[in-house]
Amino acid sequence: MYPDTRVEKFINDNYVPVKIHIKEQPKTFERFGAQWTPTIQVLDADGTKRHQFEGFLPPDDFLSQLKLGLAHSAFARQQWKEAESCYDDIVKTLPASDAAPEALYWLGVSRYKSSGDPTALQQTAEAFKTQYRDSTWAKKASVWAK
Amino acid sequence: MSIGWKNDVDGALAEAQRNKRAVLIDFNAAPM
Repeated sequence: MYPDTRVEKFINDNYVPVKIHIKEQPKTFERFGAQWTPTIQVLDADGTKRHQFEGFLPPDDFLSQLKLGLAHSAFARQQWKEAESCYDDIVKTLPASDAAPEALYWLGVSRYKSSGDPTALQQTAEAFKTQYRDSTWAKKASVWAK
Repeated sequence: MSIGWKNDVDGALAEAQRNKRAVLIDFNAAPM
């Protein structure tokens, strides 16, 4: 995943990256609750964990998770427009990635949070009728349909 | 291109505060 130049550029452009080896810093594993390797965590600057995933992923799925981490961070900080932009980027640029259905769901929520207009949720439910139909996220969004 | 990995979490959090960025931690056991 790291030899991928898109992954490297995205990390360097958007994150302060830290690599912790289990033999060198076992107490840091304990401090952040890492139980397995590899575990990837996204933290806000105050140390709040916003996203975590475990295990190897191929480059597109890894990159989409990195983008999802930034999106979740913006969402948690109630930066709705920023979150919307991040989720939209995943859906548009990595539509076949595992994170894309989740991003589509939270894109709709971000639009609703930003606008207060429930139409954003209905449109998301409609979008799930034509893409990612078998995903858990489609089931979750189904209650928003008219 | 290579990634500018650090190994100090608290230093990374301080840098993230200064630069308004998020921190990415890779907990790993890969051979050194």
